[in-house]
Amino acid sequence: MSHTVRETAIVRWTLIILALLFMILFLVLPLALVFVQALEKGVTAYWKALADPDAVSAIKLTVIAAAIAVPANLVFGIAASWAIAKFHFRGKNVLLTLIDVPFSVSPVISGLIYVLLFGLQGWLGPWLYEHDIQIVFAVPGIVLATIFVTFPFVARELIPLMEQQGTEEEEAAILLGASGIKTFLRVTIPNIKWGLLYGVILCNARAMGEFGAVSVVSGHVRGQTNTVPLHVEILYNEYNFVAAFAVASILAFLALVTLMLKSFVEWNTLRVQKKPDQINTEGLTA
Amino acid sequence: MPILNKRHSVLPGFGIAAGYTVLYLSLIVLMPLAAMALRAATMSPGDIWALITDARVIAACKLSFGASFAAALVNIVFGLLVAWVLVRYSFPGKHIVDALVDLPFALPTAVAGIALTTLYAPNGWLGKLLAPIGIKVAYTPLGIIVALTFIGLPFVVRTVQPVLEDLDREIEEAAMSLGATRLQTFLRVLLPSVLPALLAGFAMAFARAVGEYGSVVFISGNMPMKTEILPLLIMTKLEQFDYAGATVIGVLMLVISFVLLFIVNLLQRWSGNRATSH
Repeated sequence: MSHTVRETAIVRWTLIILALLFMILFLVLPLALVFVQALEKGVTAYWKALADPDAVSAIKLTVIAAAIAVPANLVFGIAASWAIAKFHFRGKNVLLTLIDVPFSVSPVISGLIYVLLFGLQGWLGPWLYEHDIQIVFAVPGIVLATIFVTFPFVARELIPLMEQQGTEEEEAAILLGASGIKTFLRVTIPNIKWGLLYGVILCNARAMGEFGAVSVVSGHVRGQTNTVPLHVEILYNEYNFVAAFAVASILAFLALVTLMLKSFVEWNTLRVQKKPDQINTEGLTA
Repeated sequence: MPILNKRHSVLPGFGIAAGYTVLYLSLIVLMPLAAMALRAATMSPGDIWALITDARVIAACKLSFGASFAAALVNIVFGLLVAWVLVRYSFPGKHIVDALVDLPFALPTAVAGIALTTLYAPNGWLGKLLAPIGIKVAYTPLGIIVALTFIGLPFVVRTVQPVLEDLDREIEEAAMSLGATRLQTFLRVLLPSVLPALLAGFAMAFARAVGEYGSVVFISGNMPMKTEILPLLIMTKLEQFDYAGATVIGVLMLVISFVLLFIVNLLQRWSGNRATSH
């Protein structure tokens, strides 16, 4: 690093230390606290909290919700990015804005809209009740709310990437006689694989960690409609702090893995593109 | 679908991809949101007015906006500082710090909420240090600001960082060689260039903070009129089966977030123009 314009060493190090202090105070301490509190009563208490039947059923439900929401939004993301990035049509910008809507809606509202539709007081509620179908305060509601809050992640990641790559390679494959499916699998997918992985990682992290939206639609039935974040809330409100932080540590660990994978994927795109100024952050800042 | 008529292309699959996109978007996002808005539209204006001007709603509104604004201000200052340090200086562990900036995006809000509450509770690691000097953070509006600062930080850093990276160093050098001090260069040359990005980051952090629920409910203490935020009020109304009240506050928040989204888009366009204009 050789700049002709730079601050004196004192100013430089003061700024670095101030920035690091802020990061430690606001990010590192809360993260460290989760693991310290989780292990406060020793490893046995930690494992006991995780092996609790309610904790196990919460983990199962969270995995189920993510296992439905992530593939659903992956398929949508691929369809949306194919249509938006590879074709020109009127209304494209409107469509782009609408895809972003779930990012700008409060999580509580993301849950509320489904309660208003499918709840007993809701528009479809009486019909669903007659036919003995329960959506809200049951697993389908949790899945729906999870799909809503993670809706834009994959699409948001793929659209700019595919727009940047253009259509020449696909057009060449089609003109040489390859089928549409084959072109997509052999030409498009290899080009977008890192962006795809990145979108899926972010989508999964949010799906497993969502709290507000899921809290509205869950009904909080212990052992039945509790996801991991909701189970953390229950334990915490019961003053069972060691168990609450033990369960929370799974989610914190997941967050750390997500950050590591994200850095790895970014490093890989950087290596492939060799364009250091195009690090992807739009999926996060959207 | 007349608006989706495309220009000619040899690539296949437009119809099915666009059709599925519109269908899925409508079913999951647009129709449920429209249903909520319609529900509010069927209520009498008098009822809606009475619900919005309820003292508890107004108190929650003030708190939500005030705390979100304060947190976004803190993030403008420290977000710019963190972005600056990451772009301009090298120091040990820089890559870890860079990766860590995204922690608030990756860490579930409920985990952040209980961690910050325990940290700032009167017997917590930081609360213990602050209690003797009379500063209470947990279960006060200050605690809400702390939680909202946590979740908003990456928005400012990640919008300012690329702009700082793209800045032309020659302009700074020119300013310096013309006799400007480093501080003058910063205030007159650097700050105006990053201002649009900084404001866009501010608006994003603010918008996110207004809707935030998980990290706030634990640290706020949730006392009506004192530490009750808007999203929590929706939750309370739902638990009391007051669907009309929840709907009205929901639509109010929806309108606010769309206005903020519009402002963010304008700022980003401004920021983009600035970046390409020199």
